Amino acid sequence: MSFRVVADTSICQGHQLCQGEAPDVFGFDDDADTVLLLEEHPDESRRDDVTTAVKYCPAFALSIEEN
Amino acid sequence: MTLADIPEVSTVLDDQSPDVPAIIKGTGHLPEMRVDPIGLFDRVRAECGDVGRFRLADKDVVLVTGAEANEAFFRAPEDVLDQAAAYPFMTPIFGKGVVFDASPEERQQMLKNQALRGEQMRGHAQTIEAEIRRMVADWGAEGEIDLLDFFAELTIYTTSSCLIGKPFREELDSSFAHHYHELERGTDAIAYVDPYADIESFALRDAARVRLVALVQDIIDRRVSTGSTSDRRLVAKEERDLLDVLISIDMNADTITGIFISMMFAGHHTSSGTASWAMIELLRNPSVLSDVVSELDALYADGSEVSFQALRSIPVLEAALKETLRLHPPLIILMRLVQEDFELLGHTIPAGTLIAASPKVSNRIEADFPDAASFDPGRYIDPRQEDLQNRWTWIPFGAGKHRCVGNAFAMMQMKAIFSVVLRDFEFEMAQPAEDYRDDCSKMVIQLEQPCRVRYRRRSR
Repeated sequence: MSFRVVADTSICQGHQLCQGEAPDVFGFDDDADTVLLLEEHPDESRRDDVTTAVKYCPAFALSIEEN
Repeated sequence: MTLADIPEVSTVLDDQSPDVPAIIKGTGHLPEMRVDPIGLFDRVRAECGDVGRFRLADKDVVLVTGAEANEAFFRAPEDVLDQAAAYPFMTPIFGKGVVFDASPEERQQMLKNQALRGEQMRGHAQTIEAEIRRMVADWGAEGEIDLLDFFAELTIYTTSSCLIGKPFREELDSSFAHHYHELERGTDAIAYVDPYADIESFALRDAARVRLVALVQDIIDRRVSTGSTSDRRLVAKEERDLLDVLISIDMNADTITGIFISMMFAGHHTSSGTASWAMIELLRNPSVLSDVVSELDALYADGSEVSFQALRSIPVLEAALKETLRLHPPLIILMRLVQEDFELLGHTIPAGTLIAASPKVSNRIEADFPDAASFDPGRYIDPRQEDLQNRWTWIPFGAGKHRCVGNAFAMMQMKAIFSVVLRDFEFEMAQPAEDYRDDCSKMVIQLEQPCRVRYRRRSR
């Protein structure tokens, strides 16, 4: 099992909470004020933190797709 | 296809009937929206499907429901679907010249710079915990409260303290909450014909706004009173609240009050109503309540702080809050004015039309939320996750770029409130369970009074 992270920058509001959960997966584009995906295919060991980031994103801008 | 190809909902309340006030005779579905808006919106979906139509005075309103139509609605750019122009009842409340809502870009800038920033949340959580403890400080071993009165006052203190600043909050008492409530009651849909119509609720609204301006003027006067201890003009920059800043740029009391009203509006009746309904649903569902209390007791057994835990995951309580929001969204309809012709599922909606999405209707679509009318916090537990799975129909906070920018703050506030009250007190209904209901006669819906519950201090 592996998974893919999807960030919809058209609805990201720039809360940056995802960076707190998984700073190795989610960065921030200062010019666009939106999330910047650093790792589209994180290791399985990162699944819990990424899932938490998806769940608590205040803009519902993140999702996980199973490969 | 044009607007005429979108089916129009039936009429159940004749707009010429003798019960209809003269000012809104001949306004189509407006009279029904003043007495039973949820019935109207439900019927639009039942009769017309995902895209239906009703009429408010001289405007057609296209009401969309379902994931596909909702997504198109929520993704539309601001210059195509405009929010501010769709809510004429807000203008007299905020005052002329005070913007209804910032653009998404401005909102994002505000988020970066101001009170809703993630890093400010810890301080807000401490503030909120302290405010709740103050509200229950004079509670005895047992007693009774009115949910609307209690939570409306509490959320005036929390929103003013977190968004404007502690010094300003310390100048407020329950009279501010009382006047603010009159503003919220001044949102009759008659405003779609005339926001300044000669009706009682608008007169009360305007009188309340005058009193709020006077309260703010008094506070300003004290802060600029030379030689007095209340003179704050020389306080250090880091101790200033927003009022100090606005005074320093010579803004007048009327404009300042309008800004404060608008800043607090989105977070006030919404949080107050959600806290009340969460309490009611917990009391209606004792097994859920028992699970929540057990979760909180275990969580705080090590003496950890509410302000710490409220920012972290409290899964059982969170699921109960989400389910409360799904069944009782504080805003039952979200409206936009079409600024330029808008393509929606094969229809061209012409400029000048109103377009709307309904959290109340979408949140209860049976295909997305099986057994939609039942209170079932299990919906949010893996693998169901019915909120994330239905991000265009689970819309108590709206969706897309305009999704409530304060939702993380709101959830934290709810977690803090229930962490305090459910650990120190037990509650029971003081009236039949089915007698708690919303008063939907205004665009800002509020609990109908009485909405009383009894409390008893827990022995721990």
